[in-house]
Amino acid sequence: MESLDPRIRRLKLPIDEPLQPTNSHLITWEVFHQEKKGKQPVHVGIVHASSPELALVYAKEQYARRGKTTNLWVVKSSDVYTFSPEDEDIFETTPEKIHRDPAFYKVREKIEEYQKRAGITSQVSQ
Amino acid sequence: MYGNAYVAPEDARHLNEHREDPEKLAEFEARIAKGEKVEPGDWMPAEYRRQLIRMIEQHAHSEIVGALPEGTWITRAPNFKRKLALIAKVQDEIGHGQLLYSAAETLGKTREQMLDDLLSGKSKYSNVFNYPAKTWADIAVIGFLVDGAAIVNQVINSKGSYGPYCRALERICYEESFHLKQGHDNFVYLATGTAKQRAMLQDALNRWYRPLLHFFGPSDKDSLHTEKLMRWKVKMASNDDMRNQFLDQYVPKIWELGLTLPDPNLRKNEQGIWEFSDPDWDEFKRVINGHGPCNAERLAVRRYAEEAGRWVRAALMKKDERYVVPLA
Repeated sequence: MESLDPRIRRLKLPIDEPLQPTNSHLITWEVFHQEKKGKQPVHVGIVHASSPELALVYAKEQYARRGKTTNLWVVKSSDVYTFSPEDEDIFETTPEKIHRDPAFYKVREKIEEYQKRAGITSQVSQ
Repeated sequence: MYGNAYVAPEDARHLNEHREDPEKLAEFEARIAKGEKVEPGDWMPAEYRRQLIRMIEQHAHSEIVGALPEGTWITRAPNFKRKLALIAKVQDEIGHGQLLYSAAETLGKTREQMLDDLLSGKSKYSNVFNYPAKTWADIAVIGFLVDGAAIVNQVINSKGSYGPYCRALERICYEESFHLKQGHDNFVYLATGTAKQRAMLQDALNRWYRPLLHFFGPSDKDSLHTEKLMRWKVKMASNDDMRNQFLDQYVPKIWELGLTLPDPNLRKNEQGIWEFSDPDWDEFKRVINGHGPCNAERLAVRRYAEEAGRWVRAALMKKDERYVVPLA
């Protein structure tokens, strides 16, 4: 069958020529997207580019295709430091620290018990 | 847009051969059973990593190659509105390829290596893109039904266990809902148009029916290795289940327009399961092994892009910069 692809017909591309392996991997950039002013920039993915300027251009094409965008950040992946995944346990006890939680502090019962004991009736609601 | 990952028979054997530390493996499987996600730096069985790379890579290639049959119609779109939609869709598909390559890279295979493997024929992509888009009605069928089928697969797989793949799929599904809507719009326009337009659409439907049935991969009774992949939440539904879901959603939308599908045995039985004639699985195997109508030209176009762009990439390269694996 004759090809329907104009790129094949006009360019007369050879159909089964071997290709030299490429060796031109560009720098990896982590991309952060800020939807609108006042919102947190959020990590959305990566692009590969040779410079920060081009990384921003690719990031715009890739991550600002729909909806609202105020700004994009790009950061070299190699400049990002993280904990090792094996160290996940250092965060394990945080949820147990309920003294950091406002819901931990409850006084209403104590007030009511004291009012009963001291014979105080509420001044506001009669 | 993409169907189900194809596992070659020789590939399936690895699944059972690889030995892992039983304690770590049990811990890993327990985490997945609890619905936890796996992130790039986490311990994972070598086979989990290998299967995911293969699957995400196939998916990425499918997005890139999938844009080719549609791309040829941009210059021939019937009006400005359709042209705008088609350009946006094709751009989206290439973007989806980029997102998926990034997800696969987090598992340790570089993008360059994946592109090389695509061009050498070592890596597969979805069979459906090895068929020609002969008329404008093919673009309507692709936009509506091929994308519709891809969304069935991608929504299901976005609930899988590998974090970066799930995140990529969520973004992809969000963008592809537009592909589906514009495809349906185009499809309905032709179906409710002139006799000539309806005939063109019916002809396209007749040609795409079998490739669409092939889309989700061979029948479950011929897929031997899915049990472990499902346990690891690499695969989230069987080929037959996804195919059935697709037929259930889309056949009524074809029939309601008075169009037909070229299969007298296509019907929904009393158990709610769709039955259909054998769609010729030998053809599926021929095409996946490189002998479809358009395999050679799809790769030729990709190879040309790669070669023609080489000097640009070489000029941009910085000698003292080294590739690093994406973080997430």
